[in-house]
Amino acid sequence: MKSTKTITTAENISKQSPLQPVFRHNVEDAAQLYSGSEILLKTLVDLGVDTIFGYPGGAVLPIYDTLFGNTDLRHFLIRHEQAGTHAADGYSRATGKPGVVLATSGPGGTNTVTGIATAMMDSIPLVVLTGQVPTSVIGNDAFQEADIVGITRPITKQNYLVRDVNNLEHVLKEAFHIATHGRPGPVLVDLPKDMLNTKGKYAGLDNNVDIPSFKPTLYGHHPQIAKAAEMLSNAKKPLIYVGGGAILGQAWEEVTAMAERLNIPVTTTLMGLGAFPESKPQSLGMLGMHGTWFANMAMTECDVLIAVGARFDDRVTGRLNGFSLNSRKIHIDIDPSCIGKNVDVEVPIVGDVKHVVPAIDKLASPPKIDKWWATIRKWQKEHPLVVPKADDKIYPQHMVKMISEVTNGNAIVVTDVGQHQMWAAQHYQFNHPRSWISSGGLGTMGYGFPAAMGAALACPDRDVVCITGDGGFQMSSYELATAVEYKIPVKIALMNNNCLGMVRQWQQLFFNKRYSYSVFGSNNPDFVKMAECYGCVGLRAENPKELKEALDKAMAIKDAPVLMDIRVVEEENCYPMVPSGAALYEMVESDEEAAK
Amino acid sequence: MSSTVIIKQPKHTLSVLVKHNLNTLSRIIGIFSSKGFELDSVTFASEAEPGMARMTITTRGDEKTVEQINKHLYNVVDVLKVINLTHKKSIERELAIIKVSTAKAGRPEIMLIAQAFKAKVIDITSDKLALEVTGNTDKVDAMIEVLKPYGIVAMSRTGSVALKREFQGAVNIN
Repeated sequence: MKSTKTITTAENISKQSPLQPVFRHNVEDAAQLYSGSEILLKTLVDLGVDTIFGYPGGAVLPIYDTLFGNTDLRHFLIRHEQAGTHAADGYSRATGKPGVVLATSGPGGTNTVTGIATAMMDSIPLVVLTGQVPTSVIGNDAFQEADIVGITRPITKQNYLVRDVNNLEHVLKEAFHIATHGRPGPVLVDLPKDMLNTKGKYAGLDNNVDIPSFKPTLYGHHPQIAKAAEMLSNAKKPLIYVGGGAILGQAWEEVTAMAERLNIPVTTTLMGLGAFPESKPQSLGMLGMHGTWFANMAMTECDVLIAVGARFDDRVTGRLNGFSLNSRKIHIDIDPSCIGKNVDVEVPIVGDVKHVVPAIDKLASPPKIDKWWATIRKWQKEHPLVVPKADDKIYPQHMVKMISEVTNGNAIVVTDVGQHQMWAAQHYQFNHPRSWISSGGLGTMGYGFPAAMGAALACPDRDVVCITGDGGFQMSSYELATAVEYKIPVKIALMNNNCLGMVRQWQQLFFNKRYSYSVFGSNNPDFVKMAECYGCVGLRAENPKELKEALDKAMAIKDAPVLMDIRVVEEENCYPMVPSGAALYEMVESDEEAAK
Repeated sequence: MSSTVIIKQPKHTLSVLVKHNLNTLSRIIGIFSSKGFELDSVTFASEAEPGMARMTITTRGDEKTVEQINKHLYNVVDVLKVINLTHKKSIERELAIIKVSTAKAGRPEIMLIAQAFKAKVIDITSDKLALEVTGNTDKVDAMIEVLKPYGIVAMSRTGSVALKREFQGAVNIN
């Protein structure tokens, strides 16, 4: 069997329906018995899996033996299971398909934990396969034994310990179904070694498993939809607030259609970037702690707020008792527990944004909001995103803007966590969905580079730029070996300010400039040499001219990773900023304002 | 002297139908610890239907909190049904076994109290009595309060088990 591979480009991404795995049935095999490892691989192929990130070890040796010479799926040997989990996560965010990672028992499993928690917080469908010691010794503190089902229980949507090889196919299909349906999330399947060796049945079951206790609500309650439409039609100052749910639910076209037809301003969360093109006049960019001034003010002043697949995270709302106090709120979410959790809403709609948004759009008429638009345009003119004046130094904001220009806003941008992440979110112009990959909820440093590898392997025809920092990159720099081995053309734009920028910024503003353990200074490695020792291209840029040259050179390399050590202004701070504990409208735009 | 007045949040009884496995039980308990919800008592045992279990959970919180608990319970894949019995007519029972010392007052007085609560004597030794009492939680609480001065040696309570009454009409037959 050949694995099917769809090439993803910025243009065709919306035409794919990646949450539905490819159907393939091998019913002719029904009577035969297979080893657990064979059943595992057959089932993965059934489910449309074409890529696994993994690392071998004692408990999963039977799987690796079955993988030997197998051409049905691609296995990538990462250098650390945490990076493998992030890579599977990046693969999933770029395509919408579930990411798959394979690790051995004990430390293999525990190394995946940060990656699983990252996926859980951002609702990313992952299936994590871990080896386990044989069932006969489970609980005996056997070599490389860890209760990974227990450890990952709070950070998975569901998890399983397989105790009967005849049940393996069903468990795997259930795992994929749960990971990809409703609010997506990671699912872990723990595979004891004896289950992999024992022979059992493979039935070629339907991929669409029926689980009576798991039936997510897809279509919203009609009277609520009608009420939402009526509220939007009569609004004086409406605002659409779009979250990651619009990307996960593939509702970017529906959201864009509604916002354009009703001509209502749109702000996206960090996770929602790309769900509404920032080139459109309705776009106010990102809101929240480092959102645009006008998006945060629009949120504060609006009279009708419609939240589309967003969860009113604390980084978005700021101080809750100062958050959008005058608005009537509509909240669409597929997960009922997200509704009314942080903010009370008048019209809760539990359902799939893909169905609910067009239903509202159909019933609503464009509100008369010329005055509201005039106010917003005035805000935009008076409080644009601040960019320092150009000189012979590289300012982080300019660096992101240059990457945006060089890639025409068409690249997949993957980041780590911190200042560079916020600057990338602010200054890269996102016009396509699934083009922004970042650890939003958990804020996992070390996420960027491995996730970028996953995205690049998923979308070989797209440019993948990993905007990272000197802190975050060093948490997973060892993956350069993997990127070189498999010729993964990730362009690493390392924003090097020789410190943990966001920590340093907070220490400057809130801890009286006591820079406690946040400055690397000259203790950072020579990143160009580091790149070269792994066998990949290393470039350095110390001024805007060198940066342009480095970027042009990097973009031309299509068969190898490139690491650009970009020396930026070290003491630059990220603004606007809503200080911790402040309301959105109390945001500051400069060091001077912050000092007050 | 300062005294803290602890205002207890209203009690809620949830009847939860789940798949009978330990992972589900752990996940449900995990919600209460990780999300910081209160948990007064919990029972877990097989249902009539094979492979299913019924849990009775008593918790405390305002309406908003209980609504969140309800939603989080439904998010557990193996949860089939959650019924909040608080505003429904329900039948609720708890069983307790209480060992009381007879040193202070002698057997007859304690047995008289047991009789008043329709409790049974299930074990007698020279200086102790073991009583079995069944009823709703308030009744069990009340009996324990009465017995405390005599010296409760040990005690084991099951926590509430509850079901919805079939008849939900206006007439209160409780």
